[in-house]
Amino acid sequence: MSRSRRLLIVGGIALAVWGMSYGLWYAVFAEHQALDSIGGSLAGSFAAAADRNPAGMETSLEQYREAKYVYDRQVDVHGHWIGLAMLLIVLGIGFDRVNFSERFKVLLALGLLTGAVIFPLGVLLQTISHGPLPRAIAIAGSAFVIAALLGAATGVLACDS
Amino acid sequence: MSGSQVLTSVSSSRERELAGFAALGARRLFLLGGIALILTGMIFGDIFAVFTLHQNAARVGANLAAAAHAALAGNRQAVLSNFQNVGSFLENRGTKVDTHVHMIDFGYLALMLAILQPWVAFGESVKKKLAWAFLAGAWLLPVGVYLIHYVGLAHSPMKSIGWASIAADFGGLLVLIVTFVCLLGLWMHFRGKLASPPDMLLTDRSTEGRMLFAGGIALVFLGFLHGAYYAATDLYRHEAQDYSLLAQMSAGAAAGAGAVVDEALASYGQLQGAKAVNIAAHAHSIEFGLLAIMLAFFQPYVRLRASWKRRWAGVLLVGSLLLPVCVLLEMRFGLVAGGLADFAGLLIIFALLAMWIGILRYAGELDASVRPTSGSEAQR
Repeated sequence: MSRSRRLLIVGGIALAVWGMSYGLWYAVFAEHQALDSIGGSLAGSFAAAADRNPAGMETSLEQYREAKYVYDRQVDVHGHWIGLAMLLIVLGIGFDRVNFSERFKVLLALGLLTGAVIFPLGVLLQTISHGPLPRAIAIAGSAFVIAALLGAATGVLACDS
Repeated sequence: MSGSQVLTSVSSSRERELAGFAALGARRLFLLGGIALILTGMIFGDIFAVFTLHQNAARVGANLAAAAHAALAGNRQAVLSNFQNVGSFLENRGTKVDTHVHMIDFGYLALMLAILQPWVAFGESVKKKLAWAFLAGAWLLPVGVYLIHYVGLAHSPMKSIGWASIAADFGGLLVLIVTFVCLLGLWMHFRGKLASPPDMLLTDRSTEGRMLFAGGIALVFLGFLHGAYYAATDLYRHEAQDYSLLAQMSAGAAAGAGAVVDEALASYGQLQGAKAVNIAAHAHSIEFGLLAIMLAFFQPYVRLRASWKRRWAGVLLVGSLLLPVCVLLEMRFGLVAGGLADFAGLLIIFALLAMWIGILRYAGELDASVRPTSGSEAQR
């Protein structure tokens, strides 16, 4: 098996195991608490509005915003890690169809694997810091994935032509 | 080429095919079972979208509006009761979405395991048992999840988990165990440095296979591009709007301004729609791309005329592109775009069904031809 294929398949399997383990941890220890917090704070803000309590309303809405922000990102991270892992494995299986030199294919595989790891990582880091660094990491990761996919598609079309 | 050379070539090619795709073997079970799961999941998704999803979304919206108006009237109890209803409708919706998603995702996993079977270092009978166990679990989990809302805690030995949840969890455990054992088989294969068996799936370069592989990568690429564009232009704006509209609703209710509440409710509905279509377009484009890539590997086993195989590959790709595009346009063109998206979904279902039948036909014919020719003719 070529190095590029091995990189994609082994990297994909490792990422899938990592993504599933993360999802399992999240489902057992964090998801229910997050959903309770989202539902409870939203209901709390409307109940405070009914009580004509602006301070309580604002506090509850702020809690809702933070809980929803974190929840959306944690679910996205889980889904993207597993989805990207699947893409790596499937592309790895058919990577012989990409008509480039093995050296360039290793570069493409490295780009795809790097992007698949750091794009969701950047999204996850946004739950810790709202600064520009996590966003920059996520953008860099998605750029790696998009560029490598474009390269793979070009390689397949080159083979076809 | 002489007649005997042709016969030798055909029979040796059959032998190769048999090695990778024996009748009722593990690979065939994973493949046919996987496509059946995807088909059922898609048809269920269509039925759910038409008969449940929109009605359910309307009920969620109506209860949110009722909660806002209860806050406007200063009725705290009614607010909490309406939010409880919202929670119940969302739970009902969640189990339906989970059923749809798990069926399709397990189908994808089955296709991937089908591709990997030659590298799984176990005997055929063990692999067949694993395939049956996987399929049992892959059906049990979504059916169990679907029933959670209806069965509840009836006759359950536990306080908070009902029989449907127990069945679903058992199904998930089966899938997990089989996947883990297959990974173990792969590890044993590569650790033992065993020679890779010849596999026609990976060497095939037919037109339909190339169409599906290149089209699949293009769909995944477009899906990622759209996701990146949405994240860059709309995601943070939508998140900010979500918060500001809810704040507008509750502040309007506290101030007794009914018009402000109604305006915020209408905008909130629009916002949820915009978020949903963007996420659906992104996810569907990537999922159908992956499906096309995986189906590209199985084209040698689709027993249809070459021209029909190309047509069905084309139909699948057209449907896979049309569906996310029309879903995206739903916010602007409403039912027309929605109808076209449903039509695109049907195209994908028909193409998948045709390929499934083709694979079934191919295997059946192979079984019939093998019995009389497996001994003397293959040697000749």
